[in-house]
Amino acid sequence: MRISLRWLNDYVQINLPPEELAHRLSMAGLEVEAIEKLGDFWDSIRVGRVVRLEKHPNADRLWLATVDLGDRQETVVTGAPNLREGVKVPFAPVGAKLIDPAQGKLVELRAARIRGIESRGMVCSEAELGISDDHSGIMILPDDAPVGAPLREYLGDVVLDAKPSPNRPDWFSLLGIAREVGALTGQPVTEPPAEYAEAGPPVGALVQVEIADPDLCLRYCATVITGLKIGPSPEWLQRRLRAAGMRPINNVVDVTNYVMLEWGQPLHAFDLDRVIGRRIIVRRARPGERLVTLDGQDRALPPDALVIADAERAIGLAGIMGGANSEVSETTTAIVLESANFHPTNIRRTATALGLRTEASIRFERAIRPELTVPAARRATALILELAGGQAAQGMVDLYPGQKPETEVTVTAAQIKRLLGTDIPGPEVHRVLGLLGCRVEEPEPGVYRVRPPFWRSDLNIREDIIEELARIIGYDNMPTTMPAGPLPEPIFDPRRDLEEAVRDILVGCGLQEVLTYSLVSKTLLDLFDRNGAPEPLRLVNPMSAEQEYLRTSLRPSLVNTLATNRRRGEVGPVKIFEIGRVYWARPDDLPLELKRVVGVLSGPAGPRVWNRPERELDFYDAKGVLETLFWRLGVDVRFEPGTDPDLHPGKTAVCLVGNARVGVVGELHPRLIDAFELRERPQLFEIDFERLAELPRNSRAYRPVPRYPAVEQDIALVVAETVPAGRLVDIVQGTPYLERVDVFDVYTGPPLSPGEKSVGLGLVFRAPDRTLTEAEVRQLVERLVRRLERAVGARLRA
Amino acid sequence: MITTELEQLRAEALASLEQAETLDALREWRVTYLGRRGRLTQVLRQLGTIPPEERPRVGAVANRIKDELEAAYEAREAVLKEAALAVTLAAERVDVTLPGRPVDLGGYHPTTLVLREITSAFAELGFQVVEGPEVEWDYYNFEALNIPRDHPARDMWNSFWLTPGGTEAERPMLLRTHTSPMQIRVMEKFRPPIRVVVPGRCYRYEATDATHESMFYQFEGLAVDEGLTFADLKGTLYAFARMLFGPERRVRFRCDYFPFVEPGCDMSIDCSHCGGQGCRVCGGSGWIEIMGAGMVHPQVLRNVGLDPDRYQGFAFGGGPERVAMLKYGIEDIRHFYANDLRFLRQFRW
Repeated sequence: MRISLRWLNDYVQINLPPEELAHRLSMAGLEVEAIEKLGDFWDSIRVGRVVRLEKHPNADRLWLATVDLGDRQETVVTGAPNLREGVKVPFAPVGAKLIDPAQGKLVELRAARIRGIESRGMVCSEAELGISDDHSGIMILPDDAPVGAPLREYLGDVVLDAKPSPNRPDWFSLLGIAREVGALTGQPVTEPPAEYAEAGPPVGALVQVEIADPDLCLRYCATVITGLKIGPSPEWLQRRLRAAGMRPINNVVDVTNYVMLEWGQPLHAFDLDRVIGRRIIVRRARPGERLVTLDGQDRALPPDALVIADAERAIGLAGIMGGANSEVSETTTAIVLESANFHPTNIRRTATALGLRTEASIRFERAIRPELTVPAARRATALILELAGGQAAQGMVDLYPGQKPETEVTVTAAQIKRLLGTDIPGPEVHRVLGLLGCRVEEPEPGVYRVRPPFWRSDLNIREDIIEELARIIGYDNMPTTMPAGPLPEPIFDPRRDLEEAVRDILVGCGLQEVLTYSLVSKTLLDLFDRNGAPEPLRLVNPMSAEQEYLRTSLRPSLVNTLATNRRRGEVGPVKIFEIGRVYWARPDDLPLELKRVVGVLSGPAGPRVWNRPERELDFYDAKGVLETLFWRLGVDVRFEPGTDPDLHPGKTAVCLVGNARVGVVGELHPRLIDAFELRERPQLFEIDFERLAELPRNSRAYRPVPRYPAVEQDIALVVAETVPAGRLVDIVQGTPYLERVDVFDVYTGPPLSPGEKSVGLGLVFRAPDRTLTEAEVRQLVERLVRRLERAVGARLRA
Repeated sequence: MITTELEQLRAEALASLEQAETLDALREWRVTYLGRRGRLTQVLRQLGTIPPEERPRVGAVANRIKDELEAAYEAREAVLKEAALAVTLAAERVDVTLPGRPVDLGGYHPTTLVLREITSAFAELGFQVVEGPEVEWDYYNFEALNIPRDHPARDMWNSFWLTPGGTEAERPMLLRTHTSPMQIRVMEKFRPPIRVVVPGRCYRYEATDATHESMFYQFEGLAVDEGLTFADLKGTLYAFARMLFGPERRVRFRCDYFPFVEPGCDMSIDCSHCGGQGCRVCGGSGWIEIMGAGMVHPQVLRNVGLDPDRYQGFAFGGGPERVAMLKYGIEDIRHFYANDLRFLRQFRW
């Protein structure tokens, strides 16, 4: 809503600077997003009158205009085609600042010689003054412009661009805003004049109105004016419409728009001679009914759309837009002026269905009050008679099926204190509510019976009234306290702690957290195996194909993040992870939202450093991260060779706890490496957070510190290359006194035979109650080697 | 006689010690003079040949000389060791200007960092963290929050729909447009006193620009109990703002409208960039809006079966990205989920 302060001043005296006014309105809930100042740079520009206009002696298309400024005359050279002697124009002397339309910025006007004639100043176009984009000619001022007066005094304005909240339809009108300003500043509000002579025949003789669907039309008022003359509106009216962001059309249409901006009540004028049968019927659209609206669109009307019809056909879309078939035109001489009130939900649904939001529909859907129809109709009728002539019919059509009893809200001093945490003294309650136009009775002390003014459809319950008190007194003037009372019982949520722990550990392992979009493209999702997930959920109204489906896996997002960063030129290591949700559809219910942890490690193992050999991140880097994670979490996990359709079949391990698969780690399948056009071997891990959260964890179990020394012994075993190292470790596990076993070496090559490998195991033995002897350890190792020999044919390497 | 010999030996030994330039030479010296078969021992063997009445005096001289030589030896050894160590240390010098071996650095997403700050600030105020579904029923996202179908306020939240026909569906399902549906779910599940804060992802069908994303996070707060007032709401948010943005921050509460609160407000903090003078960061106003809030609407309480004559509460919500943008000076919200590592790696803690 664009608020011209010059216009607003018609209804309430503004005694604050614009910035202060904007601030006060914003604090009270009407957010002012911008303050536009028209004429803030017009320091020396004045109203002038062209007293003489001669051809430039040395140029065909230039003129010499002599401009009278009251105290002096100046002659300027101009090329404007629209000057005439006697017109009033804005005159800018040398030194004035003007907008150069070619550059779009302010420049200072300098004296110039144009074809031998000195030009001391300029007559200005609207574009040069910042009024509009019109640079086709000089701005011609109305005849009432006082010669010599500073232009700013005559034309300058400040426009506040404000964003009314959806609950305040009254803020979609200047009068409503004036009332707000009045309440905030204590200034009285004056309604505009609406007196006129009802000189014509009774209105009922000229038009018949019937409401066929009273559930959708709460009130229908109409006046009729005959013998009028369509023409352009006067300059002041056009200027105000433009300042409000509307385009002037003709005197009748402009008045309907002007009064809508003024009162917030949309109005529509039908050409009476095009209303067949001079009958107006307010009814639902018929099946298949169409209407060409004023914007020239031929529209199929949705069921339940409310139309204004004449005896034969629809002539308007109620509350949204008129029909072309009854439009006021240059030849119109009689009009029916509609001022009605329609059901807000119905208007909103029809407007949404047709994709047609208009100044009228945004007001109706916010539930403006039916009480507005009469004063708006009277005001518009009076203005049309003034500007277009003619005769108003006697009386006014007023059908009011939707009349409701006046709203009354009772609020007590105790309730005010209970909500705001402070007492508001009785006189203050009366004062504030009175400023807002409420009528307040106090049948007993501290009980307020409040009848809100008719334009405040948002005041219905006691909390609404209490908010009014707080907001007008000022939220910043309300007290500030800390809540008292008991704290709730703790909500025990180990999952949250676990999630934060996983995040901390992975960051500690050198991984960067990413957060990727939940919405992905089908193309990206389909690159990966579905892995047991159901069909992804598709948005009905996606913004783009890139964000059309709810992801069923984090893998695509993570690999895509790697690829995107490579495309951006990242050449170093990429080690990233995300803890996020996947969305698994269920029939007739919300989807399951499951948490997953997915990481990708790819590229060089670290930045290039002088004292560290370069290498690529590989499977064991990723596995090491998972081992660290599970160790830190105290979860005993086994890694076993496994398969996963998205991973390299020879470089995939599954993480098992008991028989439950909690995760997987492996190298990305070459198919996917190709699909993402990567030139590296990314390693990927995934943990099913839901399963992880279910697992027992022993990270906090204490074991006594050993009292006796350990004995360490390294052995090298030769086995077939196909025997997994993990198998050797599994076999030796359980050997008495064996505390730990580390694989410290794996070797293939001469002198071993092809197909053989040597595995170095570091064994640590310890007894809890004594120091083991060398002989005991020797015996334990021999037994252990024999077991290995029997199980996998291992032999000790010499 | 023998004492003369001892004195001569002493002089000779001390002179010789001066010549010992290495630890090896020093050890050799020790063998020569102080060893079991060394010169001093040899002289002392003659002790038997002198008259018994002289032995104590001579013995005392011999012991003094022995102690003196031992001390001289130790002093010399210390000097030589020091010198040897200096040589070793000099040889072991490294170029300390070479870069250190890098430690693998991970990092948190800035949204995580800010959400952690926010949730721990509210934890100090007694608010516990809960989470809720991102895919919601229209009922929780709108209806129960006093935003019926066809309410013009629905324009404030353009939605991504999962059911054909959008809001026209029999049971419309959508991506939540705010974390506020958790107000309803929490009140359905827990009885007052309630104090929760809910972080989570939200989605809006909106053209993206420097300040709008179609996916973003919110944090929602809800406190419900007997006797909670608008003054408590102000106090809680004021405490929060200062915990998060520093004790010198000023706050401002303006009237604002959300259908599920009454009275409704928004909270702004004074712009730390310009100190409230007005600048590009605050759009010239000197204030930066960071949260919407209000007293829970009585209809919302009734919708979850709480008696508004007994219970009252307040709710608030804000965007962690906006907080992060202020704290770190990030100019464009679209950086957050583009996951450019050059962006993410800047946030260290």
